[in-house]
Parts: sequence; C-alpha cells; structure tokens
Amino acid sequence: MFAALLLLAIVALVVLWVIGAYNGLIGLKNKVANAWKQIDVQLKRRHDLIPNLVNTVKGAMDFERNTLEAVIAARNKAVNATGVAATARAEGELTQALGRLFALTEAYPDLKATGNVAQLQEELTSTENKIGFARQLYNDVATEYNTRQATFPTMLIAGVAKATPAELWQITDDTERAVPTVDLSTTKPAP
Amino acid sequence: MSEAANLFAQQESNRRRSTWLVIGFIVFFAWVGFGGDLAFGLLTADAPAGEYHHVVPFLGIFTTLVAGGICWYSWRFGPRQVLWATGAREVVEPATPEERQLVNVVEEMAIASGLPKPKVWIVPDDDPNAFATGHDAATASIAVTAGLLRTLSRDELQGVVAHEMAHVQNLDVRLMTLLAGMVGAIALMSDGMGRMLRGSRGVRMGGGGASRDRGKGGNPLAIVVLVLWLLTLLVAPIVSRILAMAVSRKREYLADATGAQFTRNPLALAAALEKLEAASAPTKAITRGAAHLCIVDPAPGLLSSREGFFADTLASHPPIRQRIARLQGMGYLGEVGGPTSSVIGPPTPPSPR
Repeated sequence: MFAALLLLAIVALVVLWVIGAYNGLIGLKNKVANAWKQIDVQLKRRHDLIPNLVNTVKGAMDFERNTLEAVIAARNKAVNATGVAATARAEGELTQALGRLFALTEAYPDLKATGNVAQLQEELTSTENKIGFARQLYNDVATEYNTRQATFPTMLIAGVAKATPAELWQITDDTERAVPTVDLSTTKPAP
Repeated sequence: MSEAANLFAQQESNRRRSTWLVIGFIVFFAWVGFGGDLAFGLLTADAPAGEYHHVVPFLGIFTTLVAGGICWYSWRFGPRQVLWATGAREVVEPATPEERQLVNVVEEMAIASGLPKPKVWIVPDDDPNAFATGHDAATASIAVTAGLLRTLSRDELQGVVAHEMAHVQNLDVRLMTLLAGMVGAIALMSDGMGRMLRGSRGVRMGGGGASRDRGKGGNPLAIVVLVLWLLTLLVAPIVSRILAMAVSRKREYLADATGAQFTRNPLALAAALEKLEAASAPTKAITRGAAHLCIVDPAPGLLSSREGFFADTLASHPPIRQRIARLQGMGYLGEVGGPTSSVIGPPTPPSPR
C-alpha cells in the first residue's frame, strides 16, 4: 500500500516536471523566434532608409560614386539574404559600407549642415543601434535556449519538444572584425 | 539563467515591498486615528456623566479610510501625479532633432531590455536629471529634463535612459511611485494634525480643568498613550523620508549595473554621471517628495558626496563618486587584456572623505 502510494507520488512528480520542462522549452523557443523578429523589423527599416540617404547625398557626393554604389550593392545583397549566418554576414558588410559613407560625409560640411542628412544619419545610427541591441537580446535568449536543451535533465525531453539549437548571430568574417579604414586624403573635394 | 533568476527575485522583492509599504502605511494611519481615540477615550473616561465621553472611535475610522483612499489614489494616479508635479510634457511627435534622438534612444533601450517602449516625457528644467515612474513595464514613463538633452552626448543619454529602463524592469518604479505619494501624504497629514492640535489645545485644557482630573494628575496610561501618539506624529515625516531614501539608495547601484548590461557601455553612464554631478544647480522642477525617483539627487547638498552614517541615512542617493568608480570598474573589467586597459590603468578608488 505504502509502496504503491510512493510510486504514485514519484510518477506524479515526474509528470509534473516533464510538463514544466516542456513548457519552459516551448516558451523559450517562442522567445527566440520573437527576438529574431525584432531584428528583422529593424533590418527592414534600415533597408528602407538607405535609398533615401543615397538619394539625398548623391548630388553633393558625385566623387564618391564607388562608395555609394558599394552601399547600394551591400543593401541589395542584405535584402535577399536568408538564414542567420548569411544575413549576419550581409548585414555586417552593409554596416561597413555605411560606416565608410558616414565617414566620408564628414568631409562635406555643407551636406552635414542641411537638416535632412543629419536627420537621416540619426535615424540610421539609431536603427543600427537597435539592430545591435536586438541582436544582443536574440543572442542572450538563444544562448539560454541552447543551454537549457543541452543540459541535464532538460536534454532528456528536448527531442519531445522538437528543440534544436538556435543559431547565434556571430561575426564570422575577419574583415568585419577589423576597424574600418577610411582614406580621406584622395577624396577631399577641392576647396 | 542566473541573471533571469536574479531579475525575478528583484521583481518579487519589489512587489512584496510594495505590499508591505501599503500595509505599513495603513497601519500607521490607523494608529494615528485609533491611538488618538484611545488617548481621548481614557482622558474622558473619568469625566462626570453630563460631559463628553469619547466612546466611538470615529477618528480611527476616519484616518483608516483616508489611508486606504491615499493608497488607492497613489496607486491609480501616482505616476500621473508625479509627472504633473514636475510640469513634464509628453513627447508624442518629436519636433526637434533632440527630441527625435531621445525617442530613438528610448526605443533602443526598450529593445535592449526586451520591454515595451515606455512613454517619453520632457521636464522643462535646465538642470540635467531624469526619472522613471509607472506601475509596471506596460504603463511606464521615462522623463528627462531639457537640460539633460542639452548636456549629454548620445551615448551618455543612452546610459541614463538604460538606467531608467532598469528601474522599470526591476519594478522599482512601482515601489518608488507609491513611496512618493505616501511621503507627501504623511507630510501633509503631520502638518495638518499639528495645526489642529495647536488650535484645539486651549479648549481641551479648559475642559480638563473643569473635570476633577487635575487633582489626581490624570490617568497615567492616558498620558503615556498621548505622548506616544504625539511622538509618532512628530517623527512620522522624518521616518517616512528616511524610509524612502533607504529604499532608493540600494536600487541605484543595481540600476546602474543593469543599465550597463543593456548598453554594454558602463563608461558612458559614468561619463554622464560626471556631468550630472558637475551641474551644481538644483533641479527646481522636482520637489523633495519625488527626489528618490531621480537618477541623481535633485537638490544635492553636502551629503551627496559623502559616505558614513548620516550621509547613508539621510541621502536619497549613494555618493556619485562611488557609483562612477563602480561603473568604471565594470568598464575596465570588460577590457582586460585589451589595448586600453594598460593605458588607462585601474580605476581610481573613490577618495576618502
């Protein structure tokens, strides 16, 4: 009698634990998906802002055609990228190209003086920051999710919850890790 | 995962403290009321049959109801009241580049903390300061002064907003806003009671003279209760303020740390605090009752730069130098072995007072 009750209690505990762990994993999985969507929203916003910026500065920066084209090319590549790793790489390149463009605009005081460019720059800086923070959040949540499903005892039910490790947003490229170098010596407009 | 656990512990502790605060507040008001009833009841117990006997404790019933009303009001309208008292205006459509930047920075920090975007307010005051209020993340408001927008760089502003978002996430805002309402109510009540007592003293003394109490020296229990009751009224405003300060001081270090975790840039907040400390002008728009809500003490005195028993008890914020030193410690810790750590060296320890 006592043994049967004990067994029943243990079984009930195990069942409760399985339910809790399963729900925890699913909750985290949704959090990861949601965090990824946050990044997506910001990326889309950046892609929308870039043509505006390029159009605004095009007239004044005719010399810098290469830089502008690089930005456009990087943007189009980023728009079409799919998957975490590919998107991360394409967006990283776009960040680089934008960084070069912003550094160049410093050489055009007239351009900076017009409110439009300053405003666009603030918008892009903010979007860039938001991407960074969304990525930070995504990586934090994804790491928690990955740790949970790989550690004992939750790993026992990871298969039931169809939990697979989420891909982290990493910097994979060595050139991206490096600080962007901008050479202004040859691109200065004539005074 | 330990961070998440820590966060839940913080939120839970703030919820619990908020509840206890409300309970303590009502109990205090009940004591003010029923204690008064008891004292008057004992004083008039020996009075002759024809004179007034204080039997129905209507003072106690009245004050308890008032306390309940104040709690409800602080809860319901506290955030709005705090914002209204500072003359803040909400930024709905950013008009200037500065406002645009503020709204952007708040959005960035909302993303970094994974919380909904709070409402953004600007306080028309030239002194740099900032505070957050609300019940929870969904109803939170972040207010900064116009002076803050002018003084700080984008990164520093981000640090300050991150600090306020940390208060929102920890649910500090709930506790702090409740406290603000109650500190104000207690100060008001103590003033009012004091005035009432002074006004009624003559009448009561006359009545006492007419009864036979004088010859016996009165009921000693009644005197004790009366003295205790008066003492409570006298110290209540001070105690309530000390309580508010004590609660807020601990939260500041934690909010600094959590904010740094959002921006991953503790040095920007340290730089912002340096600038806030350098701006010596008091923030006039923010009154004492809401001082504990702000990122730095709006009326810094000698205390804000000191440590020690009195400073620890009476200041609403830990010394700024101490906060800066801790943030700088975090900043350099993240760069151990990096190129800057050898150049800048260890953080300077806070100067002893």
